[in-house]
Amino acid sequence: MTDKGSSAPSFPMKRCPFSPPPEYEQLRESDPITPINMPDGNQAWLLTRYEDVRRVLSDPRFSTNPKSTGYPVISPARIAQLQSENPQPFIRLDPPDHTRYRRMLTAEFVYAHIEAMRPTIEKRVEELLDEIEAKGPPVDFLQDFGLALPTSVISDILGVPYSDREFFQERSKAKLNMTLDPAEAAKATIDMREFLDQLYGEKLKTIDKTDDLITRLIKTRVDTGEISRQDAVAMIDLLLIAGHETTSNMICLGILSLLMHPDQKDALIVDPSLIDDAVEEMLRYHTILHMVGPRVATDDVEVGGHQFHKGDGVMAMISAANRDPSIFPEPDKFDIRRRSKGHVGFGFGVHQCLGQPLARVEMQSVFKVIFQRFPDLRLAVPLEDIEFNTNAVVYGIAGLPLTWTPR
Amino acid sequence: MTRRVTVEQEKCVGSGQCVMTAPKVFAQDDKLGLVVVIDSTPPESEHDAVRDAVLTCPVQCIHFDE
Ligand code: HEM
Repeated sequence: MTDKGSSAPSFPMKRCPFSPPPEYEQLRESDPITPINMPDGNQAWLLTRYEDVRRVLSDPRFSTNPKSTGYPVISPARIAQLQSENPQPFIRLDPPDHTRYRRMLTAEFVYAHIEAMRPTIEKRVEELLDEIEAKGPPVDFLQDFGLALPTSVISDILGVPYSDREFFQERSKAKLNMTLDPAEAAKATIDMREFLDQLYGEKLKTIDKTDDLITRLIKTRVDTGEISRQDAVAMIDLLLIAGHETTSNMICLGILSLLMHPDQKDALIVDPSLIDDAVEEMLRYHTILHMVGPRVATDDVEVGGHQFHKGDGVMAMISAANRDPSIFPEPDKFDIRRRSKGHVGFGFGVHQCLGQPLARVEMQSVFKVIFQRFPDLRLAVPLEDIEFNTNAVVYGIAGLPLTWTPR
Repeated sequence: MTRRVTVEQEKCVGSGQCVMTAPKVFAQDDKLGLVVVIDSTPPESEHDAVRDAVLTCPVQCIHFDE
């Protein structure tokens, strides 16, 4: 595919705790569309410019389906996991199949609907903080807060018992682990589907008495013959994982970045009107979906002055796009006052995050009160001891032990 | 000449960017969650917000023409 051959850099490159691999910055300058060697020995093109990344992600001639010839393989565990998904969830499908499934859910996640849930979410935040306060310092804010909030919110929306959280949180972690034994990654997917299929069976028994997203899917889509039970299970699987594993890491990384920038934390306490921008900046700065997005050209396409050929694998890195200095000046600076609008932390194109209104309301609810309740919240361990989930498809931290002076 | 906002609803994926950016101009249809224009000739004061909505729409289905 190229004459650069084996001299090309290898993917993935080593990232830093708070920024994508430094190579992205150099490449954006010298070779913004450059060949890279993927772990399976094939080559793909790495894209690091904001405009090019947006172009690829929003061009229907680039497929996101791992079954398309030339799809870039980021790790053996990842491909095993993707291959074990049967049927595939719509995040892996291209239009028109993708459109059909996504449209069955868009009304569930519209702004007005999620906005109406804000008081409930804010109340849940307060309850979790009450529990933390009662427990006393130090507390792992990942387990007891960052993960607890989105898990309970998405469980409620879907109608998945919160009491099963350990089971599905563990499977989700395994599914997203790029360095796991491939057989285990595949097994986690299958276990998760089995668990959800069983739950589906339970829902059938109470179908007239409950009103949750799973029940609505059964009544309005499966019973009407539009989709199969397996299709519904695949959708629920996607929503459950995407609904908790992402937001939890964003909440914790958001807390951590404010602790590291105390002046900005204080500004936020004094002026709550900064919250919405602060949340967008967190999404831009951390871009936790640091492996998005693998795509493959299904036709000959020109992007950014480069001619892609049918079957070319492309890594259109949203993490690199969000650090493009031509769009975000001094991109490596965390600055809650900057205009980070237009960031691609939720992706771009038809797959742009369906749950973004929900993720935003959850994050906004957190940052509205957390530092009001715990003004001297601080790390309970040295920063060096915080473990980052570098090997996960969704970047984040393994734990966030925090302490404070009890009132 | 007044500037007119139009959308190609068939392209919309319901990401809600426009509703977040320019809530006085865009809304989401109750049944499908897809974009609807509630003010197709918005006042000057809304023009920046509409331009932002055009730029941030992930599927580029919003148009703002002279
Ligand atoms: C801060 C938290 C979140 C971040 C950073 C995030 C990020 C993303 C990104 C980057 C994509 C696009 C992936 C691609 O193009 O391959 C995506 C898709 C998706 N997200 Fe989120 N997400 C978050 C929270 C949520 C929540 C709370 C839900 C809840 C339901 C959710 C559901 C989805 C779904 C269903 C898709 C697939 C959409 C499609 O393929 O059409 N996400 N997300």
